[in-house]
Amino acid sequence: MPKSGKPKLAVWKFASCDGCQLSLLDCEDQLLSIAGKIEIANFAEASSAIVKGPYDLSLVEGSITTEHDEERIHQVRKASRFLVTIGACATSGGIQALRNFSDVKEFISLVYARPQYISTLRKSTAIADHVKVDFELRGCPVSKDQLLEVITAYLGKKKPNIPNYSVCMECKLRGVVCVMVSQGKICMGPVTQAGCHALCPSCNRGCYSCFGPKETANSSSLAGWFLQKGASREEIVRLFRGFNGNADAFRKESEYYEE
Amino acid sequence: MKIIERSNFGRLIELLKEAGYEVYGPRALDGGLVYDHIEKDSDLPEGYKDQQGKGLYRLEKSGDPYLFGFAVGSQSWKKFLHPAEQRLWKAKKTGNGFTLLDPEPEPRPRMAFIGVRACEISAMTIQQKVYEQAAALSGNPATPDAPPFIVAVNCTHPSNNCFCTSMDTGPRVRSGFDISLTEILEDHSHYFIGESGSERGADLLAQIPSRQATEAEISRGKAATDKAAQSISRSLDTHGLKELLYQNYNHPSWEAVADRCLSCGNCTMVCPTCFCSSVEDTIDVTGQYAERWNKWDSCFSIDFSYIHGGPVRNSVKSRYRQWMTHKLATWIDQFGTSGCVGCGRCITWCPVGIDITEEASTIRNSPKTQEP
Repeated sequence: MPKSGKPKLAVWKFASCDGCQLSLLDCEDQLLSIAGKIEIANFAEASSAIVKGPYDLSLVEGSITTEHDEERIHQVRKASRFLVTIGACATSGGIQALRNFSDVKEFISLVYARPQYISTLRKSTAIADHVKVDFELRGCPVSKDQLLEVITAYLGKKKPNIPNYSVCMECKLRGVVCVMVSQGKICMGPVTQAGCHALCPSCNRGCYSCFGPKETANSSSLAGWFLQKGASREEIVRLFRGFNGNADAFRKESEYYEE
Repeated sequence: MKIIERSNFGRLIELLKEAGYEVYGPRALDGGLVYDHIEKDSDLPEGYKDQQGKGLYRLEKSGDPYLFGFAVGSQSWKKFLHPAEQRLWKAKKTGNGFTLLDPEPEPRPRMAFIGVRACEISAMTIQQKVYEQAAALSGNPATPDAPPFIVAVNCTHPSNNCFCTSMDTGPRVRSGFDISLTEILEDHSHYFIGESGSERGADLLAQIPSRQATEAEISRGKAATDKAAQSISRSLDTHGLKELLYQNYNHPSWEAVADRCLSCGNCTMVCPTCFCSSVEDTIDVTGQYAERWNKWDSCFSIDFSYIHGGPVRNSVKSRYRQWMTHKLATWIDQFGTSGCVGCGRCITWCPVGIDITEEASTIRNSPKTQEP
């Protein structure tokens, strides 16, 4: 504990867009209360004044895509008492994990004028593939309210109220009429973890699975149903290969339909 | 029995509002029929019909002016009687303990429901029994809310997924209503045959412009619901069903249905009798303020059966079996009735069209009798 007697918070970035860690700054009204209870010790997006570790609570954003990051995450783990990964990149490898299904060297030669400067791993992977993670917070981006819940639960020494049931549950809790059943829209809700309050279905769109697979997601049943209803194999591959395409339950399904 | 002309139907809603009720009824919203607040008769889904199948629902224009030309709404009335999310209490920290704030429950408005089907009245009765039993067990009987004013409408347009005739819950209401109506649409006439089921129902009915129904009109009303009953093709054989399910805990069909089941929880959410909920405690960042919430939950979620050491029902197979066996068998031992009223919602709103009647008949047609 630092002199203030408050636990120390650090925010770390790996391969990511920064959107998830900015959710913390987006807590606006509650930000001062958070700062009153926890010392924001290392958060480059908020302040260049860095307080040295170790840290009580680390929020880790982004996936592992380089050898350097592969080493750095172990240092982060060592410097952290409690490590929480935030967002699709950190929890599954993110949208950049699309590379996992192709040859990354080919991409590099197409995209960069001087490919020799690029040093990258063949795959983008989740933080939990490298170090022990104490809690995973899903979403692309994470929900500000859920992030606040995780920090609050940490401070209150309780289990955070983060359900891992389906988006369907949120639709029904809100009274949203199912877009899949009533309109025949393709929707990933039945295999996707809740957390967004059924944002897309409530706007008359199918779910894109920003929060990744729910617990015991039955991807093959849902994909089989889509196929039976006329979706092409290519469509099914794209459906499961989104922000969380590298999550086990989704990766296996897209690989099956790609064959 | 009274005849209320279609042109006077709006008076019913006005009278309920004048009597201080918040009025709820079906509305065509977002591609479904949603039980929602209604102000006037034009809010009702005039000229709509529903097409229902396994994992299929379509709301369509019917081309005739029925106000209730459909089966049941997308979700049941339980969302008003037992809201999806309800705060139980709030508290602030004081010294070493805490103090409850506003311990009195907020008064809920008196509600009137228009268009309640016979199966739904049965469901309300079943749920009420569940909650009464739970309150008695807790030794802390809940103060009952004023019962809603029920304007039942006899079902004349059952869907492909309805099987109330198997569960003996419809299509005609028998009790549990304040006013019951049968909607009749003929060549040049459109009227409702009204009957009261309570004193307050009789009082209200007497204030709506109406005339005495003729014998012919009464038999037309009966013929309409008889025709509805005959048009129901789906069935669930309830004979010895409880024992059958108890003897088939290890039937291979549970594995087969688990391959299809998404464990998404839709069936339990739309079921008018499913009552399971979880209790969640929340605190604020400062740790000075807490709330306790009651929230609908589902036996299909893994956390639902989580006790010390892990979840009791890890596999989807065990979760589906738990749900169906509870609904059709253990419910009878627990509450004296089946937990299914045959409304068909679980079949319609299952994203992959799993059919409870089909699952039951699969077991019936190939029972694997064994020790439970």
